[in-house]
Amino acid sequence: MRLHIVTGKGGTGKTTVAAALALALAAGGGRVLLVEVEGRQGVASLLGLPPLSAEERPVASAPGGGRVLALAADAEAALLEYLEMFYGIRRAGQALTRLGAVDFATSIAPGLRDVLLTGKATEAVGRREGGRRRGEGPFHYDAVVMDAPPTGRIGRFLNVTSEVAGLARVGPVRGHADKVTEALRSERTLVHFVSLLEEMPAQETRDGVAEIAALGLNPGAVVVNMARPPLLPEADLSSAAEGRLDREELAAGLEAAGLEDPAGLAASLAGEVDAHARRVLMERRIRSELEELGRPLLDLPLVADGVDLAALEGLARHLADQGVRR
Amino acid sequence: MSGPEAGGRLDTDALLDDPRTRIVVCCGAGGVGKTTTAAALGLRAAERGRRTVVITVDPARRLAQSMGLESLDNTPHPVPLSEGARGSLHAMMLDMKRTFDEVVEEYADPGRAEQILANPFYQALSTSFSGTQEYMAMEKLGQLHRSGDWDLIVVDTPPSRSALDFLDAPKRLGRFLDGKLIRFLSAQGNGAFRLLGAGFGLVASVIGKVVGAQLLNDVRAFVASFDAVFGGFRKRAEQTYRLLQESGTAFVVVATPERDALREASYFMERLSGDAMPLAGLVVNRTHPLPEGPAARLGAQEALAAAASLEAAGTHPAAAAALRLHAERVALRGREIALRDRLLAEHRGVPTVEVAALAEDVHDLADLRAVGDALADTPDHP
Repeated sequence: MRLHIVTGKGGTGKTTVAAALALALAAGGGRVLLVEVEGRQGVASLLGLPPLSAEERPVASAPGGGRVLALAADAEAALLEYLEMFYGIRRAGQALTRLGAVDFATSIAPGLRDVLLTGKATEAVGRREGGRRRGEGPFHYDAVVMDAPPTGRIGRFLNVTSEVAGLARVGPVRGHADKVTEALRSERTLVHFVSLLEEMPAQETRDGVAEIAALGLNPGAVVVNMARPPLLPEADLSSAAEGRLDREELAAGLEAAGLEDPAGLAASLAGEVDAHARRVLMERRIRSELEELGRPLLDLPLVADGVDLAALEGLARHLADQGVRR
Repeated sequence: MSGPEAGGRLDTDALLDDPRTRIVVCCGAGGVGKTTTAAALGLRAAERGRRTVVITVDPARRLAQSMGLESLDNTPHPVPLSEGARGSLHAMMLDMKRTFDEVVEEYADPGRAEQILANPFYQALSTSFSGTQEYMAMEKLGQLHRSGDWDLIVVDTPPSRSALDFLDAPKRLGRFLDGKLIRFLSAQGNGAFRLLGAGFGLVASVIGKVVGAQLLNDVRAFVASFDAVFGGFRKRAEQTYRLLQESGTAFVVVATPERDALREASYFMERLSGDAMPLAGLVVNRTHPLPEGPAARLGAQEALAAAASLEAAGTHPAAAAALRLHAERVALRGREIALRDRLLAEHRGVPTVEVAALAEDVHDLADLRAVGDALADTPDHP
């Protein structure tokens, strides 16, 4: 599996998961490319680096000599590259830019913009050592990870052929779109979903998995991000969720711990305990609904103090522990 | 620890009750609860006596259901309110293509409108130009405002790549439709070419190669018929932009107490001030205030030490768990306050309100009402 597309509802931590996945795949000497397509510079801000450009550059190293490179795919740069690659006409491409072809290529036809952005990722997947586009020799990258648009837009983003078909029924753009689609539909590409154990992200994940499958693409894993272990003993969960936690026993425990005003404290803490219990039960129900999708579920813990490189390395180890490798 | 510095609390009810407030725009990063906030503000305003309409863009199904609506389309649907509500609430979901079509039909004579609507290039533009959704949200807002049917319009902004796209979209679409490229593509082979100087033949052939001759023909046909419509179109975009700057408009920036969402909120507040758009305040959504009562004074270290002593003794597991839970909550609350105060230090004087995280998602009007209560009256938690 070589192209990993990471999507999820806004706010679920797609960029964090994509970066952690890239690190996990690079462990043990791999070379992995992380591609950002939304122009948000989320990867750079996560890693505390200056903004990424359309040029690949190393951003992190992984245990065992692994390397992660990253780029921010840019439709204009991809268009110029594409023109040069297929027509050898860089100069005309630059004239196009002056004319406002950026607006043309990237705004008027988002299908075209999307095919240029996804095409950047599929090109990297197929690239051989020495920069050759086809033929023999080992692949340049062991894996490519894309920090993709959110679930609300992922179907349209990846369904490049039909988006472009409305505009260009024939011609080279259409041909390029067909090739990108073939790569996206091949079993070398997986679309992973980042979810939280909350209703709306889980609903979007279920809808997204169905949409991706209907498009002939391959859904991959569901990453349950920001997972928190239950703190309450199992026996107390359901009674607390129903607001029936024994407050006298709670007060007795607080008194035994030597705290002042145990009865008042128990009353004051009981609300937190009940809400926690309700949330844990809700999370279990949502998890079982996600399990019904039949996709592997990967858990990543909540990172309390903000995500940085060290935290990403920890998350990558969590993924490795759950069997994520090249 | 204290409440928000400077600025003070956002007085939501005063904002919603003021008859001069005609438009509330909710904006912020994706996933922060913009749509829920917009719906809750709309419901509260309606129940307090205003004829209110909420425009949402692609709401979660559950949210539509929470307003008692199975589906939403491009026209406002009445939301059944409880008895005793003094105003009324309608909700609608933006259909960008329908809205665009209506604009064309309004400005072009019937024959020309038919030509435009049938043009493949127009169809692509109206369904997938990356600014169309934002632009049409603003267009719809203008329409509703001019209709005079509403005391208050609450707008939920589209889940754009950038929360700012909807401010730029009208200009971008205008610039595109009026731009050099489209003139060039539609030129009948004279003036425009001379302006471009040498190399135009090459450029034309590249465009033809890349996009195909059929698309070029569609663009030419579109520009020829759209020209008549365009003046009105652009005027309207400018009007809507100015409407956003009027004092009857209130921007409410929504963020969760997380680094990225707050950074986006900060950027947004700067941009609003740069564009002279009236910022009403900041909603810090899904916070985790400490419980009322003596637990508010129990620190994280003390709680953890107490939990450890119970665990060492092997007694009272539920109390030990409650203490660990509380320690987590105190730490989380501390981080939230630090992040919030850092933002407020950069934006002094911005009124703020906090909405505590709900244990579960919003399911019905009662849940939305609870969010509205929190928006209107957040006690100043420690």
